[in-house]
Amino acid sequence: MNINLTLIGQSITFFFFVWFCLKFVWPPIMGALVDRKKLIADGLAAGEKGKHDLDLAEKRVVTKLKEAKGKAAEIINHAEKRAGEIVDEAKDHAKVEAERIVAGAQSDIEQEVNRAREELRKSVADLAIVGASKILEKEVDAKAHAKMVDNLVAQL
Amino acid sequence: MTAETTGEALTATGYIKHHLTNWTYGQFPDGRLGFAHSAAEAKSMGFMAIHVDTMLWSITLGIIFLGLFRMAARKATVDTPGALQNFVEWIVEFIDSSVRGTFTSKNNLVAPLALTIFIWVFLMNFMDLIPVDWLPSLAGWVGSTVFGVDASHVYFKVVPSTDPNATFGMAIAVFFLVLYYSVKNKGVGGFVGELTLQPFSSENKMLQGVFIPINFILEFVSLIAKPISLALRLFGNMYAGEMIFILIAIMYSTGWVFGIFGGFLQLGWAIFHILIITLQAFIFMTLTIVYLEMAHQEH
Repeated sequence: MNINLTLIGQSITFFFFVWFCLKFVWPPIMGALVDRKKLIADGLAAGEKGKHDLDLAEKRVVTKLKEAKGKAAEIINHAEKRAGEIVDEAKDHAKVEAERIVAGAQSDIEQEVNRAREELRKSVADLAIVGASKILEKEVDAKAHAKMVDNLVAQL
Repeated sequence: MTAETTGEALTATGYIKHHLTNWTYGQFPDGRLGFAHSAAEAKSMGFMAIHVDTMLWSITLGIIFLGLFRMAARKATVDTPGALQNFVEWIVEFIDSSVRGTFTSKNNLVAPLALTIFIWVFLMNFMDLIPVDWLPSLAGWVGSTVFGVDASHVYFKVVPSTDPNATFGMAIAVFFLVLYYSVKNKGVGGFVGELTLQPFSSENKMLQGVFIPINFILEFVSLIAKPISLALRLFGNMYAGEMIFILIAIMYSTGWVFGIFGGFLQLGWAIFHILIITLQAFIFMTLTIVYLEMAHQEH
Protein backbone atom coordinates (compact mmCIF):
# COMPACT_ATOMS: atom_id res chain seq x y z
CA MET A 1 0.00 0.00 0.00
CA ASN A 2 3.04 2.25 -0.06
CA ILE A 3 3.33 4.84 -2.74
CA ASN A 4 6.75 4.57 -4.30
CA LEU A 5 8.65 4.42 -7.58
CA THR A 6 6.15 1.89 -8.88
CA LEU A 7 3.90 4.89 -9.53
CA ILE A 8 6.35 6.34 -12.02
CA GLY A 9 7.15 2.91 -13.43
CA GLN A 10 3.49 2.28 -14.05
CA SER A 11 3.04 5.67 -15.73
CA ILE A 12 5.99 5.00 -18.04
CA THR A 13 4.73 1.50 -18.80
CA PHE A 14 1.31 2.89 -19.50
CA PHE A 15 2.62 5.54 -21.88
CA PHE A 16 4.73 2.95 -23.65
CA PHE A 17 1.75 0.63 -24.11
CA VAL A 18 -0.42 3.47 -25.36
CA TRP A 19 2.30 4.50 -27.80
CA PHE A 20 2.68 0.92 -29.04
CA CYS A 21 -1.06 0.58 -29.45
CA LEU A 22 -1.27 3.91 -31.27
CA LYS A 23 1.60 2.99 -33.58
CA PHE A 24 1.29 -0.71 -34.30
CA VAL A 25 -2.10 -2.00 -33.23
CA TRP A 26 -4.82 0.51 -33.90
CA PRO A 27 -4.02 1.69 -37.46
CA PRO A 28 -3.80 -1.74 -39.18
CA ILE A 29 -6.96 -3.06 -37.54
CA MET A 30 -8.91 0.13 -38.13
CA GLY A 31 -7.55 0.25 -41.67
CA ALA A 32 -8.75 -3.29 -42.34
CA LEU A 33 -12.14 -2.41 -40.88
CA VAL A 34 -12.50 0.75 -42.92
CA ASP A 35 -11.32 -0.98 -46.09
CA ARG A 36 -13.72 -3.84 -45.56
CA LYS A 37 -16.55 -1.41 -44.96
CA LYS A 38 -15.70 0.28 -48.24
CA LEU A 39 -15.41 -3.07 -50.00
CA ILE A 40 -18.82 -4.14 -48.79
CA ALA A 41 -20.34 -0.79 -49.67
CA ASP A 42 -18.81 -1.00 -53.13
CA GLY A 43 -20.05 -4.56 -53.53
CA LEU A 44 -23.54 -3.55 -52.51
CA ALA A 45 -23.45 -0.56 -54.84
CA ALA A 46 -22.23 -2.80 -57.65
CA GLY A 47 -25.04 -5.24 -56.91
CA GLU A 48 -27.54 -2.41 -56.92
CA LYS A 49 -26.11 -1.13 -60.16
CA GLY A 50 -26.23 -4.61 -61.65
CA LYS A 51 -29.87 -4.90 -60.67
CA HIS A 52 -30.60 -1.51 -62.14
CA ASP A 53 -28.77 -2.48 -65.31
CA LEU A 54 -30.75 -5.69 -65.47
CA ASP A 55 -33.99 -3.72 -65.15
CA LEU A 56 -32.87 -1.37 -67.89
CA ALA A 57 -31.81 -4.29 -70.06
CA GLU A 58 -35.15 -5.98 -69.53
CA LYS A 59 -36.94 -2.82 -70.49
CA ARG A 60 -34.72 -2.49 -73.50
CA VAL A 61 -35.38 -6.08 -74.42
CA VAL A 62 -39.11 -5.47 -74.28
CA THR A 63 -38.89 -2.43 -76.50
CA LYS A 64 -36.50 -4.18 -78.85
CA LEU A 65 -38.83 -7.14 -78.98
CA LYS A 66 -41.76 -4.90 -79.79
CA GLU A 67 -39.72 -3.14 -82.43
CA ALA A 68 -38.59 -6.44 -83.89
CA LYS A 69 -42.15 -7.70 -83.97
CA GLY A 70 -43.26 -4.52 -85.74
CA LYS A 71 -40.43 -4.83 -88.17
CA ALA A 72 -41.15 -8.47 -88.80
CA ALA A 73 -44.81 -7.67 -89.45
CA GLU A 74 -43.76 -4.91 -91.77
CA ILE A 75 -41.36 -7.20 -93.56
CA ILE A 76 -44.03 -9.84 -93.89
CA ASN A 77 -46.46 -7.29 -95.24
CA HIS A 78 -43.93 -6.05 -97.64
CA ALA A 79 -43.06 -9.57 -98.70
CA GLU A 80 -46.67 -10.41 -99.23
CA LYS A 81 -47.18 -7.34 -101.30
CA ARG A 82 -44.07 -8.05 -103.23
CA ALA A 83 -45.10 -11.65 -103.72
CA GLY A 84 -48.44 -10.45 -105.11
CA GLU A 85 -46.60 -8.12 -107.36
CA ILE A 86 -44.26 -10.85 -108.49
CA VAL A 87 -47.17 -13.16 -109.17
CA ASP A 88 -48.93 -10.43 -111.11
CA GLU A 89 -45.78 -9.66 -112.98
CA ALA A 90 -45.28 -13.33 -113.70
CA LYS A 91 -48.84 -13.57 -114.89
CA ASP A 92 -48.41 -10.63 -117.20
CA HIS A 93 -45.15 -11.99 -118.39
CA ALA A 94 -46.63 -15.38 -118.97
CA LYS A 95 -49.53 -13.86 -120.88
CA VAL A 96 -47.16 -11.91 -123.08
CA GLU A 97 -45.01 -14.96 -123.56
CA ALA A 98 -48.00 -17.09 -124.37
CA GLU A 99 -49.18 -14.54 -126.85
CA ARG A 100 -45.74 -14.43 -128.36
CA ILE A 101 -45.60 -18.20 -128.58
CA VAL A 102 -49.06 -18.32 -130.08
CA ALA A 103 -48.11 -15.68 -132.63
CA GLY A 104 -44.93 -17.53 -133.50
CA ALA A 105 -46.82 -20.74 -133.89
CA GLN A 106 -49.38 -19.05 -136.08
CA SER A 107 -46.71 -17.60 -138.31
CA ASP A 108 -45.06 -21.01 -138.50
CA ILE A 109 -48.34 -22.55 -139.42
CA GLU A 110 -48.89 -19.91 -142.09
CA GLN A 111 -45.45 -20.47 -143.46
CA GLU A 112 -46.02 -24.19 -143.50
CA VAL A 113 -49.32 -23.69 -145.24
CA ASN A 114 -47.71 -21.44 -147.82
CA ARG A 115 -44.98 -23.90 -148.44
CA ALA A 116 -47.42 -26.72 -148.73
CA ARG A 117 -49.48 -24.63 -151.13
CA GLU A 118 -46.36 -23.88 -153.15
CA GLU A 119 -45.55 -27.54 -153.31
CA LEU A 120 -49.08 -28.36 -154.11
CA ARG A 121 -48.99 -25.83 -156.89
CA LYS A 122 -45.89 -27.39 -158.32
CA SER A 123 -47.41 -30.84 -158.00
CA VAL A 124 -50.64 -29.66 -159.61
CA ALA A 125 -48.76 -28.25 -162.60
CA ASP A 126 -46.90 -31.49 -163.07
CA LEU A 127 -50.05 -33.48 -162.53
CA ALA A 128 -51.90 -31.32 -165.03
CA ILE A 129 -49.26 -31.83 -167.66
CA VAL A 130 -49.08 -35.54 -166.95
CA GLY A 131 -52.88 -35.72 -167.01
CA ALA A 132 -53.13 -33.70 -170.18
CA SER A 133 -50.51 -35.78 -171.95
CA LYS A 134 -52.32 -38.87 -170.89
CA ILE A 135 -55.48 -37.44 -172.24
CA LEU A 136 -53.94 -36.39 -175.46
CA GLU A 137 -51.99 -39.56 -175.65
CA LYS A 138 -49.36 -37.49 -176.98
CA GLU A 139 -46.39 -35.83 -175.72
CA VAL A 140 -47.31 -32.40 -174.94
CA ASP A 141 -44.70 -29.96 -175.52
CA ALA A 142 -44.20 -28.61 -172.13
CA LYS A 143 -42.49 -25.55 -173.42
CA ALA A 144 -45.28 -24.83 -175.85
CA HIS A 145 -47.88 -25.05 -173.25
CA ALA A 146 -45.92 -23.62 -170.43
CA LYS A 147 -47.78 -20.39 -170.61
CA MET A 148 -51.13 -22.08 -170.28
CA VAL A 149 -49.94 -24.27 -167.45
CA ASP A 150 -48.54 -21.31 -165.58
CA ASN A 151 -51.84 -19.58 -165.85
CA LEU A 152 -53.51 -22.62 -164.48
CA VAL A 153 -51.11 -22.85 -161.63
CA ALA A 154 -51.59 -19.20 -160.82
CA GLN A 155 -55.30 -19.82 -160.62
CA LEU A 156 -54.92 -22.42 -157.93
CA MET B 1 -5.22 -21.80 2.58
CA THR B 2 -1.67 -22.78 2.15
CA ALA B 3 0.24 -24.39 4.93
CA GLU B 4 2.44 -21.47 5.73
CA THR B 5 4.56 -22.29 8.67
CA THR B 6 6.13 -19.28 10.18
CA GLY B 7 5.41 -15.90 11.61
CA GLU B 8 2.47 -13.81 10.60
CA ALA B 9 0.99 -16.45 8.30
CA LEU B 10 -0.29 -18.47 11.26
CA THR B 11 -3.03 -16.07 12.22
CA ALA B 12 -5.87 -14.84 10.09
CA THR B 13 -4.57 -11.28 10.40
CA GLY B 14 -1.14 -12.42 9.37
CA TYR B 15 -2.59 -14.28 6.41
CA ILE B 16 -4.46 -11.21 5.24
CA LYS B 17 -1.45 -8.97 5.78
CA HIS B 18 0.73 -11.35 3.89
CA HIS B 19 -1.65 -11.24 0.95
CA LEU B 20 -1.78 -7.48 0.98
CA THR B 21 1.96 -6.88 0.98
CA ASN B 22 3.78 -6.32 -2.27
CA TRP B 23 6.98 -7.95 -3.33
CA THR B 24 9.15 -4.88 -2.83
CA TYR B 25 12.63 -4.12 -4.04
CA GLY B 26 14.28 -0.95 -2.90
CA GLN B 27 16.70 0.96 -0.78
CA PHE B 28 16.77 0.22 2.93
CA PRO B 29 17.16 3.17 5.29
CA ASP B 30 20.81 2.24 5.70
CA GLY B 31 21.36 2.69 1.95
CA ARG B 32 21.62 -0.98 1.02
CA LEU B 33 19.52 -2.31 -1.92
CA GLY B 34 17.47 -5.46 -1.63
CA PHE B 35 14.09 -7.17 -1.29
CA ALA B 36 11.95 -6.34 1.71
CA HIS B 37 11.35 -9.31 4.00
CA SER B 38 8.34 -7.87 5.77
CA ALA B 39 5.67 -5.25 5.42
CA ALA B 40 7.51 -3.04 7.91
CA GLU B 41 10.71 -3.26 5.90
CA ALA B 42 8.84 -2.40 2.74
CA LYS B 43 7.36 0.62 4.49
CA SER B 44 10.74 1.75 5.74
CA MET B 45 12.01 1.97 2.17
CA GLY B 46 9.80 4.97 1.52
CA PHE B 47 9.55 6.23 -2.02
CA MET B 48 12.77 4.63 -3.25
CA ALA B 49 11.26 1.21 -3.76
CA ILE B 50 9.48 -0.65 -6.47
CA HIS B 51 6.76 -3.26 -6.34
CA VAL B 52 8.23 -6.04 -8.40
CA ASP B 53 5.02 -8.08 -8.52
CA THR B 54 2.91 -5.14 -9.67
CA MET B 55 5.38 -4.24 -12.39
CA LEU B 56 5.89 -7.86 -13.41
CA TRP B 57 2.21 -8.64 -13.77
CA SER B 58 1.16 -5.37 -15.33
CA ILE B 59 3.94 -5.60 -17.91
CA THR B 60 3.27 -9.28 -18.57
CA LEU B 61 -0.42 -8.59 -19.06
CA GLY B 62 0.34 -5.59 -21.23
CA ILE B 63 2.61 -7.72 -23.39
CA ILE B 64 -0.04 -10.43 -23.65
CA PHE B 65 -2.59 -7.82 -24.71
CA LEU B 66 -0.37 -6.01 -27.17
CA GLY B 67 1.18 -9.21 -28.49
CA LEU B 68 -2.22 -10.68 -29.21
CA PHE B 69 -3.53 -7.51 -30.79
CA ARG B 70 -0.32 -6.91 -32.73
CA MET B 71 -0.51 -10.43 -34.11
CA ALA B 72 -4.04 -9.78 -35.28
CA ALA B 73 -3.06 -6.35 -36.63
CA ARG B 74 -0.15 -7.71 -38.63
CA LYS B 75 -2.27 -10.34 -40.28
CA ALA B 76 -5.30 -8.08 -40.62
CA THR B 77 -6.92 -8.63 -43.99
CA VAL B 78 -9.78 -6.93 -45.71
CA ASP B 79 -11.15 -10.32 -46.78
CA THR B 80 -12.84 -12.82 -44.52
CA PRO B 81 -11.19 -12.38 -41.09
CA GLY B 82 -9.99 -15.29 -38.98
CA ALA B 83 -11.13 -16.05 -35.45
CA LEU B 84 -8.50 -13.87 -33.75
CA GLN B 85 -9.04 -10.98 -36.11
CA ASN B 86 -12.77 -11.27 -35.61
CA PHE B 87 -12.36 -11.11 -31.86
CA VAL B 88 -9.93 -8.20 -32.00
CA GLU B 89 -12.10 -6.33 -34.48
CA TRP B 90 -15.09 -6.83 -32.24
CA ILE B 91 -13.26 -5.14 -29.36
CA VAL B 92 -11.78 -2.43 -31.56
CA GLU B 93 -15.20 -1.60 -33.02
CA PHE B 94 -16.70 -1.51 -29.55
CA ILE B 95 -14.01 0.92 -28.36
CA ASP B 96 -14.27 2.95 -31.52
CA SER B 97 -18.03 3.37 -31.16
CA SER B 98 -17.61 4.27 -27.47
CA VAL B 99 -15.05 6.92 -28.36
CA ARG B 100 -17.14 8.25 -31.23
CA GLY B 101 -20.15 8.45 -28.94
CA THR B 102 -18.36 10.59 -26.38
CA PHE B 103 -15.41 12.27 -28.04
CA THR B 104 -16.34 14.82 -30.67
CA SER B 105 -13.00 16.45 -31.49
CA LYS B 106 -10.34 15.09 -33.77
CA ASN B 107 -7.55 13.29 -31.95
CA ASN B 108 -5.99 10.05 -33.13
CA LEU B 109 -4.59 9.28 -29.70
CA VAL B 110 -7.86 8.89 -27.86
CA ALA B 111 -9.13 5.66 -29.40
CA PRO B 112 -5.88 3.68 -28.98
CA LEU B 113 -5.59 5.14 -25.49
CA ALA B 114 -9.09 3.95 -24.68
CA LEU B 115 -8.35 0.51 -26.10
CA THR B 116 -5.16 0.20 -24.07
CA ILE B 117 -6.89 1.29 -20.88
CA PHE B 118 -9.86 -0.98 -21.34
CA ILE B 119 -7.98 -4.17 -22.15
CA TRP B 120 -5.06 -3.58 -19.85
CA VAL B 121 -7.21 -2.67 -16.86
CA PHE B 122 -9.52 -5.56 -17.64
CA LEU B 123 -6.62 -8.02 -17.69
CA MET B 124 -5.15 -6.59 -14.49
CA ASN B 125 -8.54 -6.86 -12.81
CA PHE B 126 -8.95 -10.33 -14.23
CA MET B 127 -6.05 -11.55 -12.11
CA ASP B 128 -8.47 -11.15 -9.22
CA LEU B 129 -10.45 -14.16 -10.44
CA ILE B 130 -7.49 -16.49 -10.05
CA PRO B 131 -7.86 -18.12 -6.63
CA VAL B 132 -6.00 -15.90 -4.18
CA ASP B 133 -3.52 -18.52 -3.01
CA TRP B 134 -2.42 -20.11 -6.26
CA LEU B 135 0.16 -17.69 -7.54
CA PRO B 136 1.44 -16.51 -4.11
CA SER B 137 1.88 -20.15 -3.08
CA LEU B 138 3.68 -20.91 -6.32
CA ALA B 139 5.89 -17.89 -5.76
CA GLY B 140 6.54 -19.00 -2.16
CA TRP B 141 7.44 -22.50 -3.35
CA VAL B 142 9.75 -21.15 -6.05
CA GLY B 143 11.27 -18.73 -3.54
CA SER B 144 11.96 -21.40 -0.95
CA THR B 145 13.16 -24.17 -3.30
CA VAL B 146 14.99 -22.19 -5.97
CA PHE B 147 16.25 -19.16 -4.11
CA GLY B 148 16.27 -20.58 -0.62
CA VAL B 149 14.19 -17.80 0.90
CA ASP B 150 11.74 -18.36 3.72
CA ALA B 151 8.36 -18.81 2.00
CA SER B 152 6.64 -16.51 4.48
CA HIS B 153 8.92 -13.71 3.36
CA VAL B 154 7.92 -14.11 -0.27
CA TYR B 155 5.22 -11.59 -1.03
CA PHE B 156 3.38 -11.88 -4.30
CA LYS B 157 0.39 -9.69 -4.98
CA VAL B 158 -0.88 -10.74 -8.38
CA VAL B 159 -3.60 -8.14 -9.00
CA PRO B 160 -1.82 -4.95 -10.14
CA SER B 161 -5.01 -2.89 -9.91
CA THR B 162 -5.16 -3.53 -6.13
CA ASP B 163 -1.91 -1.61 -5.90
CA PRO B 164 -2.64 2.13 -5.72
CA ASN B 165 0.65 2.75 -7.51
CA ALA B 166 -0.75 1.11 -10.62
CA THR B 167 -4.10 2.88 -10.59
CA PHE B 168 -2.59 6.25 -9.66
CA GLY B 169 0.15 5.72 -12.22
CA MET B 170 -2.42 5.39 -14.94
CA ALA B 171 -4.63 8.15 -13.58
CA ILE B 172 -1.70 10.55 -13.39
CA ALA B 173 -0.70 9.65 -16.94
CA VAL B 174 -4.26 10.42 -18.05
CA PHE B 175 -4.18 13.63 -16.00
CA PHE B 176 -1.03 14.75 -17.79
CA LEU B 177 -2.71 14.12 -21.11
CA VAL B 178 -5.71 16.15 -19.94
CA LEU B 179 -3.44 19.05 -18.91
CA TYR B 180 -1.45 18.81 -22.14
CA TYR B 181 -4.51 18.88 -24.39
CA SER B 182 -6.19 21.58 -22.31
CA VAL B 183 -3.21 23.86 -22.77
CA LYS B 184 -2.75 22.82 -26.38
CA ASN B 185 -6.35 23.47 -27.37
CA LYS B 186 -7.21 26.45 -25.20
CA GLY B 187 -3.81 28.03 -24.71
CA VAL B 188 -2.34 28.79 -21.30
CA GLY B 189 -4.64 31.81 -21.00
CA GLY B 190 -7.72 29.84 -21.92
CA PHE B 191 -6.86 27.11 -19.46
CA VAL B 192 -6.14 29.53 -16.63
CA GLY B 193 -9.31 31.39 -17.52
CA GLU B 194 -11.26 28.19 -17.29
CA LEU B 195 -9.86 27.67 -13.80
CA THR B 196 -10.47 31.19 -12.53
CA LEU B 197 -13.30 32.92 -14.41
CA GLN B 198 -16.08 30.44 -13.75
CA PRO B 199 -18.52 29.44 -12.37
CA PHE B 200 -18.80 32.96 -10.85
CA SER B 201 -18.21 35.96 -13.01
CA SER B 202 -19.19 39.59 -12.86
CA GLU B 203 -19.03 42.74 -14.96
CA ASN B 204 -17.83 44.58 -11.90
CA LYS B 205 -14.01 44.45 -11.86
CA MET B 206 -13.84 44.53 -8.06
CA LEU B 207 -16.32 41.73 -7.67
CA GLN B 208 -14.54 39.75 -10.36
CA GLY B 209 -11.32 40.13 -8.40
CA VAL B 210 -13.01 38.61 -5.38
CA PHE B 211 -14.46 35.80 -7.47
CA ILE B 212 -11.15 34.72 -8.97
CA PRO B 213 -9.74 32.95 -5.90
CA ILE B 214 -13.09 31.39 -5.10
CA ASN B 215 -13.40 30.12 -8.66
CA PHE B 216 -9.86 28.87 -8.59
CA ILE B 217 -10.40 26.87 -5.41
CA LEU B 218 -13.58 25.32 -6.79
CA GLU B 219 -12.17 24.55 -10.23
CA PHE B 220 -8.83 23.36 -8.94
CA VAL B 221 -10.50 20.90 -6.60
CA SER B 222 -12.66 19.57 -9.39
CA LEU B 223 -9.61 19.32 -11.66
CA ILE B 224 -7.58 17.42 -9.06
CA ALA B 225 -10.59 15.27 -8.22
CA LYS B 226 -10.50 13.81 -11.73
CA PRO B 227 -7.33 11.70 -11.47
CA ILE B 228 -7.89 10.95 -7.79
CA SER B 229 -11.42 9.69 -8.29
CA LEU B 230 -10.31 7.78 -11.38
CA ALA B 231 -7.54 6.00 -9.50
CA LEU B 232 -9.37 5.49 -6.21
CA ARG B 233 -12.50 4.11 -7.85
CA LEU B 234 -10.60 1.35 -9.58
CA PHE B 235 -8.31 0.73 -6.65
CA GLY B 236 -11.15 0.67 -4.13
CA ASN B 237 -13.27 -1.73 -6.10
CA MET B 238 -10.43 -4.11 -6.79
CA TYR B 239 -9.00 -3.90 -3.30
CA ALA B 240 -12.37 -4.62 -1.72
CA GLY B 241 -12.97 -7.49 -4.13
CA GLU B 242 -9.57 -8.93 -3.37
CA MET B 243 -10.19 -8.56 0.35
CA ILE B 244 -13.43 -10.50 0.11
CA PHE B 245 -11.68 -13.28 -1.80
CA ILE B 246 -9.04 -13.40 0.94
CA LEU B 247 -11.70 -13.50 3.67
CA ILE B 248 -13.48 -16.31 1.84
CA ALA B 249 -10.17 -18.14 1.51
CA ILE B 250 -9.73 -17.98 5.31
CA MET B 251 -12.89 -20.08 5.64
CA TYR B 252 -11.11 -23.01 3.98
CA SER B 253 -8.90 -23.36 7.05
CA THR B 254 -11.83 -23.48 9.49
CA GLY B 255 -13.15 -26.98 8.81
CA TRP B 256 -14.81 -28.64 5.88
CA VAL B 257 -18.36 -27.34 6.52
CA PHE B 258 -17.19 -23.75 6.28
CA GLY B 259 -14.85 -24.83 3.56
CA ILE B 260 -17.66 -26.03 1.30
CA PHE B 261 -19.71 -22.96 2.18
CA GLY B 262 -16.69 -20.85 1.34
CA GLY B 263 -16.35 -22.63 -1.96
CA PHE B 264 -19.86 -21.61 -2.95
CA LEU B 265 -19.24 -18.09 -1.70
CA GLN B 266 -16.08 -17.84 -3.72
CA LEU B 267 -17.85 -19.08 -6.84
CA GLY B 268 -20.69 -16.59 -6.36
CA TRP B 269 -18.38 -13.70 -5.63
CA ALA B 270 -16.18 -14.60 -8.62
CA ILE B 271 -19.19 -14.62 -10.94
CA PHE B 272 -20.31 -11.28 -9.59
CA HIS B 273 -16.75 -10.04 -9.84
CA ILE B 274 -16.65 -10.75 -13.58
CA LEU B 275 -19.19 -7.96 -13.88
CA ILE B 276 -17.20 -5.65 -11.61
CA ILE B 277 -13.85 -6.09 -13.36
CA THR B 278 -15.39 -5.43 -16.77
CA LEU B 279 -17.42 -2.52 -15.49
CA GLN B 280 -14.44 -0.92 -13.73
CA ALA B 281 -12.29 -1.25 -16.86
CA PHE B 282 -15.10 0.29 -18.89
CA ILE B 283 -15.64 3.13 -16.40
CA PHE B 284 -11.93 3.94 -16.33
CA MET B 285 -11.91 4.06 -20.12
CA THR B 286 -15.12 6.09 -20.45
CA LEU B 287 -14.07 8.65 -17.86
CA THR B 288 -10.72 9.04 -19.57
CA ILE B 289 -12.52 9.76 -22.83
CA VAL B 290 -14.84 12.20 -21.08
CA TYR B 291 -11.96 14.06 -19.40
CA LEU B 292 -10.10 14.31 -22.69
CA GLU B 293 -13.27 15.50 -24.40
CA MET B 294 -13.56 18.22 -21.75
CA ALA B 295 -9.93 19.14 -22.42
CA HIS B 296 -10.84 19.67 -26.09
CA GLN B 297 -13.99 21.69 -25.46
CA GLU B 298 -13.98 25.47 -25.54
CA HIS B 299 -16.21 27.10 -23.01
